Amino acid sequence: MEADALHDLTAAYALDALDSEDARAYEAHLARCERCRAELAELSDAAGALAFGTEAPVPPPELRARILQEAARERPNVVPLRPRWVKPVAAIAAVAACAAIGLGIWAASLSSKLDRSEASLARQERVAQIVGQPGSRTISFARGTLVVAPNGEAALVLRNLEPPGDGRTYEAWISAEGAPEPAGLFEGGAAVAIPLDRPVPEGATVMVTREPAGRRKSPSSQPFAIVRNAAQS
Amino acid sequence: MSETARPVARSFAHLSDEAVVALLARSDESALAELYDRFGRVAYGLALRILRDEKLAEDAVQEGFLTVWRNADRFMPERAKASTWLLTLIHRRAVDLVRREDRRRAEPLSDSIEPESSDSAEDDAWLRFERERVQSALKQLPDQQREALELAYYGGFSQTELAERLGQPVGTIKSRMFTGLARLRELLAEPGSGEAAWKPTPYTT
Repeated sequence: MEADALHDLTAAYALDALDSEDARAYEAHLARCERCRAELAELSDAAGALAFGTEAPVPPPELRARILQEAARERPNVVPLRPRWVKPVAAIAAVAACAAIGLGIWAASLSSKLDRSEASLARQERVAQIVGQPGSRTISFARGTLVVAPNGEAALVLRNLEPPGDGRTYEAWISAEGAPEPAGLFEGGAAVAIPLDRPVPEGATVMVTREPAGRRKSPSSQPFAIVRNAAQS
Repeated sequence: MSETARPVARSFAHLSDEAVVALLARSDESALAELYDRFGRVAYGLALRILRDEKLAEDAVQEGFLTVWRNADRFMPERAKASTWLLTLIHRRAVDLVRREDRRRAEPLSDSIEPESSDSAEDDAWLRFERERVQSALKQLPDQQREALELAYYGGFSQTELAERLGQPVGTIKSRMFTGLARLRELLAEPGSGEAAWKPTPYTT
């Protein structure tokens, strides 16, 4: 089927109104077509809303029990949990804290299968700690959010960061007075949350650059993300 | 045991659907229970509307929730709402089953289902409110668009089958579905349509 014809199938796909052959062709197309992915996301929300348009009789109570039982039975096959040392309650608190300040994306990425190393979990715990401090402020900017605790400890949350490329890394910098100082290295991801290595004073600027791998003393390229810890009004 | 279970359970109330799915990805069964308590009724109502058979509807709902359970770590909240994801899975399963069983009927089911009430007046009110909101948006669509959406979504008919049934070219059906769905989306997003009222923890980024 031609690409144009495939674009046209988005609504039918969202409604599950394609025959299986067309559905497969559309899915293959979807993998390559950003426009259709965006359109499908919108139309799927509308289709999903239709579910609420029906009568909703109470399902038999055994259904709930059966689903939970079956889930528990399958559980050993599920991806390993976080290491023991991360307490579940701490995890819930972190997710709740992030959800509360609108970092929903990162809250969800806490569970990313791809990133369960101890180092990354330690980093997540650290971010959760900063985010969870009473009086922490969030400053949104084009690429994400800066969270600053009252004592200046800060975390940076970035969205949709492409992988930095071979032999390269992202580096955060803090510029208070004078030259920017290095504040942490990190990789890309759909949602990246990193604790910064040094406090961010009021009025200071946080920047992110793409650098050759390895820690550097000063940025070698133009920052692509800049956010200022503006004084509280 | 119950010392930790209690505060944890309570903390769900503040979480967005997306955050609940994030917890679910950590194999947290209480998160699955929470998701079921939020959407189990809607899911079952949808599956029953399509399948018109209680056992089959239960199968579709169970399969949908377990698919979420197994794949929660692949869920990308920047791509979709958690409720959309869940309901899409259940819808797809129900449509697969109805096509296989060929049990489809186009007539609305409202008359034959007892609008039962649960033990939660709050749930009942919320579901009634949601149903009215979606129904009133549907009523604002031109008849042909509404018909295409209802037959496809609730009836489980494919676009080819719809074209035959309605005696129209497939292209016409496609465009009715597209225009209808896009318009429905606008209508539901309009202020006053109540979206904000039923989302206690709006998902924002």
